[in-house]
Formats: sequence, C-alpha cells, structure tokens
Amino acid sequence: MTQPLPAPLANWFTAQGWQPHRHQLDMLRAPGHALLIAPTGGGKTLAGFLPTLADACTGAMGPGMHTLYVSPLKALTHDIARNLSRPVADLGLDLRIEDRTGDTSATRRARQRVDPPHVLLTTPESLALMLSYPEAPRIFAGLKRVVIDEIHALADSKRGDQLALGLARLMNLAPGLRMAGLSATVENPEALAQFMGGADVVLADPGPPPDIAMLPTTATPPWSGAGGAYAARDVLAAIRKARLTLVFINTRAQAELFFQALWAVNDENLPIGLHHGSLSRDARHKVEAAMAQGTLRAVVATGSLDLGLDWGDVDLVIQIGAPKNIKRMVQRIGRANHRFDTPSRARIVPANRFEVLECIAALQAVQAGELDGDGLPPVGGLDVLCQHILTLACAGPFDADALFHEIRRAGPYAGLSRAQFDDCLDFVATGGYALRAYDRWQRLMQRNGQWQLRDPRAARDIRMNIGTIVAPELLSVRRGPRGGAPLGEIEESFAASLSPGDTFLIGGQTVRYDRLRDMVVEVTPQPTREPKIAVFNGLKMATSTELSARVLDLIGDKATWAALPDHTAEWLALQAEVATLPTPGTMTCESFLRGGRWYFALYSFAGRNANQTLGLLLTHRMEQAKLAPLGFVATDYALLVWSLDPVRDPAPLLDPDGLRDGMETWLAENAVMKRTFRAVATISGLLQRNLPGQRKSGKQATFSSDILYDTLRKFDPDHLLLRITKQESMRGLADFGRIEEMLRARPHIVHSLPPHVTPFAAPLMLEAGRIPIRGAGSERLLDEEATRMMAEAGLQLDEGRAKTSA
Amino acid sequence: MTAFTFHGQSFTALPTGALHWPAQDALLVADLHLGKSERMARRGGALLPPYETQATLARLANDLHSTRAQRLIALGDTFDDDAAATALPQEASATLNQIAAQHETVWITGNHDPQASGLPDLTLSGLTLRHIAAQGPDISGHYHPKITLAGRRLPAFLVGADHLILPAYGAYTGGLDATNPALTALVPKGHAITTGTRTRMVPLASSCPKYAGGHARHARRGQRPPQI
Repeated sequence: MTQPLPAPLANWFTAQGWQPHRHQLDMLRAPGHALLIAPTGGGKTLAGFLPTLADACTGAMGPGMHTLYVSPLKALTHDIARNLSRPVADLGLDLRIEDRTGDTSATRRARQRVDPPHVLLTTPESLALMLSYPEAPRIFAGLKRVVIDEIHALADSKRGDQLALGLARLMNLAPGLRMAGLSATVENPEALAQFMGGADVVLADPGPPPDIAMLPTTATPPWSGAGGAYAARDVLAAIRKARLTLVFINTRAQAELFFQALWAVNDENLPIGLHHGSLSRDARHKVEAAMAQGTLRAVVATGSLDLGLDWGDVDLVIQIGAPKNIKRMVQRIGRANHRFDTPSRARIVPANRFEVLECIAALQAVQAGELDGDGLPPVGGLDVLCQHILTLACAGPFDADALFHEIRRAGPYAGLSRAQFDDCLDFVATGGYALRAYDRWQRLMQRNGQWQLRDPRAARDIRMNIGTIVAPELLSVRRGPRGGAPLGEIEESFAASLSPGDTFLIGGQTVRYDRLRDMVVEVTPQPTREPKIAVFNGLKMATSTELSARVLDLIGDKATWAALPDHTAEWLALQAEVATLPTPGTMTCESFLRGGRWYFALYSFAGRNANQTLGLLLTHRMEQAKLAPLGFVATDYALLVWSLDPVRDPAPLLDPDGLRDGMETWLAENAVMKRTFRAVATISGLLQRNLPGQRKSGKQATFSSDILYDTLRKFDPDHLLLRITKQESMRGLADFGRIEEMLRARPHIVHSLPPHVTPFAAPLMLEAGRIPIRGAGSERLLDEEATRMMAEAGLQLDEGRAKTSA
Repeated sequence: MTAFTFHGQSFTALPTGALHWPAQDALLVADLHLGKSERMARRGGALLPPYETQATLARLANDLHSTRAQRLIALGDTFDDDAAATALPQEASATLNQIAAQHETVWITGNHDPQASGLPDLTLSGLTLRHIAAQGPDISGHYHPKITLAGRRLPAFLVGADHLILPAYGAYTGGLDATNPALTALVPKGHAITTGTRTRMVPLASSCPKYAGGHARHARRGQRPPQI
C-alpha cells in the first residue's frame, strides 16, 4: 500500500517553500518497517512523522495512542514536541502530543495511562515502565506507528537491548504496528535493520563533505589532561567570528571546567551557555530555549546536546579533546550549518599531546571517508532479559512458551536459545541455587501454567529498578575529618582503588587520601608531595582501534611530522632520543625505575580493550615470574604495569604460546570482573537501587556486590549472573585469540631501559583507572612494611618469634 | 603463625585469627557471629548468600585439626544474635555438633548472644577469658581490632601489657582501628599481629611515635566501636 502525500500536507510543504526530500517520501511509502539513514539536517524527524501527519490529515487517526516516539534523550523528546507543534497548528490538526520521561510529573503520567495522547514522546526506560502496568495492552492496542530516533546511538548497548525487547512486546500488543528507525550515517545499516527485527533500508543523499580542521592554538597543549583550558582564548576568538557555536567536550566535569575557563577570558561578555545532563531540568530548558531564540553565541555541551538537536543557526562546532571515535565526530559536526546542502564547519582542539596525534589521525580518516565498524554482539544482554521478564510479570501473568517466541522477535535476541531463556526465567523466579534459601528471591510462581508475581506488592520495587544505566556512584571529596571544605567529586571505583596515604590531584591541588566515611572521601592537602595518581574525569571513552592504528602510522612515519605542530614534533623527537619510538609491526616497550617501583610501558597502539586484556595477561605472567606486579593501567595506546622487580626481558612475557594457561582464576579474582558483576547484578535485579528512603552508599553497594561475587564463585560457580559477568567482561576485553594473533604478527620486540620516565610514559603515569593486583607483590609490601616498622621500633623478629612480656 | 608470650604464657597466633594456647591444650576464638547473613536478611538489610556460617565453621574445624587442641574456648558473640543460635542451617548445626562432640568446649557469652548457654568469664593460669576486656590481665574479643599496613586494613591481634584482644573470627564482621581511643585506652603500647595469608608482627603506633606512615594514623573523632 503506497501512500501519497495528502493534499493539505503537500500544500503545507509548498507554503514553507520546501520540497519534500526523496527519502522523506520513501519513508511515507514504505509498506512495512523502515530504517532511514540520513545525515543530520536531512529532515529525518519529519520523515519519521510524515505517516502520522498524513493519517491525521486524512482523518485516519482513530481514538487512543497512534504514534509512539522513542529517543535516547529526554531533551530530544522536548525538542520534538516543540518542532511538531508547528505543522500541527498550521494544518489545524486535532492531534494531542505529549512527552513522558523521568521528568514528567506523577499526576501527568497517571493521566496518560488512563487517557493516552495521540502521539507520545518517550525514552526506552519510560517505555519499559509503561509496559510494566496492567493497562499496557489497552494503552497500546491501537498503536499504528513507532518512531525510533537516533537508533544508531541505542543499538549497540543495553539500553538498545531493553528497547528491542519493549518493541517485541509492542508488536505483540498491536499486531498492525509499523516501525520507522531514524539513524545518522553508519558503516553498516543492515546491522541496524537487524536490530529492528528486520526493516527496509532507505538511504538519503549523504550531502557535501564536511569542512573539518584543527583549531590553531597560541598556547602549547599540556602533556596530559583532557580539559583543554589552555586553548580558552583561541576558542573564544573562534566563537567571536561565528554566529552560533556549539562547543563539545567529552565529560560533564570537563564541560564545567571549560565553561569557567571561557568565562575567565570572556572580556566582552559574549553570551555563552552551558548544557549537560547533570544540570537541573529548568537550567537545561532555559539554555535550549535561549538557543532556539538565537540569544546565545555559544553553548558548551556534552552528549546531552549531542544527538540530533537540530535547531537552526549553529554554524560552527568546536570539539575539545579528541573525539574518541570517528563516527562520533562525524555525527557531531553534523550539528553545524543545518542545511542539507551546505558543508558543516568544525574545528578540533586537542587537549594534550597524544590527542594532537589522535586528532590528526581522525582528520585523515574523515577525509578518507572511513567510519568505525559497528560490531554488534551475537545475543543481547541476559541481565537485561532478566529485568524484562520481571517487568512483564508486573503487567500480568504470562506463558513461558509465548514469551520465548515474542522475545525471539527482538533483533538482539533472535539467536536466543531456549536454554538461555529458561536460565533467565529460573533466576528471576528463584534467585538461582545460591539464593534459594531466601523467600525474597522467590519472586515468580506458576499457577495454571502461567507465571506470575508471587507477591504483587513486589511490583513497586521492580519498577523502581527498571533501567540499564548503572551510573557510577560519585563520592564527594572533603578536606579534613569533619565537614571540611568540599573539593570536588570522584568516582566510587576510583576511591575504592585508593589506599590511605595515596596522593592524588583534585581541583588543581594535591591531596592525601585519609579515609572514606559515609559518602565522603576525607583528604589532607599535601602541596609538597607529587601526586601518585591523578584524577581528571570520570567517564573514559575508548578510541576505536582504527584510529589507534592511524596514530601509530603517524608516529612511525617521520615524513609526516612536518604536518604536526612544532611542540608535538619536538615531543616525538625527545622520545626517540631517550627511548625508542614505536613503529608499526613492532612491540615497543621500556622499563624504568621511579619512586621505588619499576614501570614497564608497552606501546601496542591496539586500543584500550586490547591493552586492558594484555594488562591482565602480562600481570599474570609477571606474577608467575615472581616480578611482584602491583597494578596496571591501560589506555588506547599503551599499557603501563608497575612492579617491585623490573622486567628485563619482555620476550617470555609476550610469548603467545601458553598465554591462556591458568588465566581462568587470575581473571575471576580481578577487579575488572567485580566491577562488571556489580552492573550485571543491578540490572538483573539482584542488587536493589533507588529503594525509597534507603539509599545505599556507594561503598556499601560495592561491599555487598563484592561479597556476593566471591560467595557465588565459591558456592555456585555456575550461577547465571557469573556467566553473564564473564561474557560481559570478555566483551570489554579483547578476545584472547586476537591478542595471541597480534603477538604472533609482531614478533619483533624493541625494549629499552631509559634512566627515567620517558616523554611517552609521563602521560600514562597520570592516567586514571588503575587496576590493583593483589598477588605476591602486595604480600611482599606487607612484609617489608612490617619489618621496617619493627626495625624502627628497635625490635627484631627472631625467625618469626618475638617476645612480648608484661 | 606468630608465637609470643603474654604474662608468662606462650601463645601462637594463627593467620585465621584463632589463638593457640598449648599449655592449656586450647584453641581460642572470638566473635564468630554465626548466622550474620541470616540476621541481616531477617532485619531487611542486605541479602548475602547464607554460606558464611558454614565457611566459618569449616575454618574452625580445620584449625582444631591442625593444632590438635582438645579444648575450644569461644570468647563470646559466637552467634550473631540469640535467634540465630536456634535457627542455624542444618549443615552448620551438624558441623557445630560434631566439633562439640570431639572437643571440650567452653562458650563464653557476649553482648550479641546474652541468652546463649555459657559462662560470663573463666580464669586459667591467672588469665581471665571474657568477651569485653576489663580488669587485666585478660584475653578477650568484642572490638574486632584492625590495623592498616602498607595501605591495607587487616584484622589483628592486639597484645599489650594487660590485655590480649583477638580479631573477629567470623565473616562480614567489619572492625575497629587499633588507633581508636576505645582501643588505645586498653592497649596503649605493645604489638599487633596481623592476620590474612600469614601473620605479621608490628609495633603499635604509640610504641613507635616517630613512624609517620603505615598504621600510625592518629585517633580521629567520630569513629565508633562496632555495634554494641
């Protein structure tokens, strides 16, 4: 059934002086589910809503909810409501459009359940919540259209898994439903169509190539750090020359800091706003409105503004810090000059010297038209499935067979086996073997062949736990033991890695960690001591492997250095002088001594996942070789391991043969695994969050999830959640096979023993996200400390025998 | 294992937190807190897998076997509360019964299990065994002492002039820093013996005032002894 553009709608287009794009009409005519791939500015959202507007024009709406719009961002639903209201008003349509997100008031949400609007704009989490209500079949029975915006941002994530499961349920509740997926340019549209459970792909004209370059800066970028504050003046100068500038920065903390740095040099008081997800709803809306009205000259933003907010007049995008992958950068620069036929203008400001290399490599990639791959995992998250089963149980009794078939219609779960499904159902119903003793985990029961909640009152707790984003707990850092001055916030996992006496940087000063109490990290300023560990930001993004490889090519090819800024070329030359510059096809590494610890830096340029995995493998071998490793940190480019004894011959450590021997136990006991377990346990409903009136502190949450992890490993090693944890950790790590392959492909090992820290290693020493190793090394540290203390007290241990007499 | 003397008696501290007293052919343990996870769940707290009781008892049986001690003396808080004493899982009570059948057992009552059948204290060779340290010389538990060594917080025995205080033997038990005023008042000077993979003897902070790192963190206001 092909639908022509109804006359009133065609006239409206003409009145705007617009011509519908070919891909917009293709979306209108698509007989079934359709996926639109279009660059920003291509009128994607309108394309998604055209069928809805057409139905409204021809009076084919019917009562109740007609269209459901799902977007990854709250801000987007708000913006869409505003954009849609214009054609609706112009055409005089009787169309009620409302949004429903975590920000929507309880009374409004309750009313929407009784009397749903024609068009509901929502997020995957709010959709899941709606599906948990017994009224869900009635609310969605007449649903005709689902529009999934920015689907590329959702697909490869647990939020995407949750959305796909929700869509499968909707297809069941409203069999005539048609879906429209809207995506920015991606490498592999078929993978996204598969995510939707199958759809026709509509490709829009990609538009002219973008104009991207590095922003020339007057100051030299620092060796490490990600704030970009050094370039504030240069950025301000660029803002002055443009009409409206979007300044993107990778994390919220950085956005705050950069915003301050900009205002510190903003002598002309140019109106510059700030927008990120931690700001209150009012503050965000104020900035969005000011932007739409054209009263701002620039907005400093993080991802909250990143996706598809296409108001008007932005003519310049400035990216602070390297865009961690190429796809993300292309999507971001699409913000500039939102006319389909004019090129977008974007400038990049690298935040440190490694990023200079990364930015240049990224620019080369964009020019080559290269996007990062979209690797989708074979089966969606089983923890998300556990949560989904619980959610549906809240809505009413279900039949296991029917549910299994419904779930297999969700793209990510097309390959789900019956055994996997039964495992999840068993865990949800009983808690699994290890937890069978507790009534509280006996959550589902079977009656007349149907599964249902054992205690219907549990629905409230289950609904509170819906969602797949397990945000890191933040702890505030304060000076002194009792309510001292607050210095900032750090992530709970970082705090957990600190030992009393460790020093770190926060808010520009060096402090010593004293203790953790309640949700507060107590510190003492220690201006004279060098920080052992630096904290810059929470979120850490991985660079794509394609980009890392390009960076290595740049370093290895001296002929290309001419294109580098002077300071960066000098930095490379210095590294070549002190140690060795990494070149493609080799494993370049170095060992040096600093502060009583031996450091081993390996420049693999294989990406963070691969380096993290190498870190686990190498520390295991170092433990076996009795080098007493104490910890490691991985970046996109390198791995840094510290130990009590030096690595003098890296060849046996990097031997691909027998690399996996004994890894099982080593892995299971590592902090990486425990972190993953916490997220899995939270999503699958084993750990509660958001319980009204009893917010657990981050420390408590980690405490009980670590104990749970250890106990499950001991008493129920095959527990579903442990299996999921293992799979997930492996996803965050590179495949062992890939590591072995890499080691075989690069048998040429270049090892140097520089007398001190090298220019390349310096940024690594300041890297956050250190992973401690609890092995023989930490036992040796205990011995040394005990012996030293006894000696200082003038006492001697006589073969472990000491006298204490009264 | 670390051997030491206290008021003329020889003792050996085990890495598990148990104390062997060869002259009395006795193994001393404090604060087993059996049934802790069950009690936490009963009170609506965290749901921890209910295996720690069995694990604690298995460790105890192992220590009794390796020291060949004929007597077992538990210094109070054997059960996390009186209800836990009567509601031990079947396997756990079987293990406990077996231990009791093969050894002479002395149960001293603690503040968590006041109703349990046991003695308030017992004096052997001039040393009083009780739950909470009082008139010395005595051997006690209750405080779950811990010290910080090389950045790690470890359960430890405290050996002072008048008091010998044992670390908690049970799981999920938390602890109190040796630098806490409640403990420095009892053991102002002496040694700590840390437990874990192996035992290590270290001087206590105030015995070694010049030492600036490690456990020599000074007493802080606001830290409270474990739930009494």
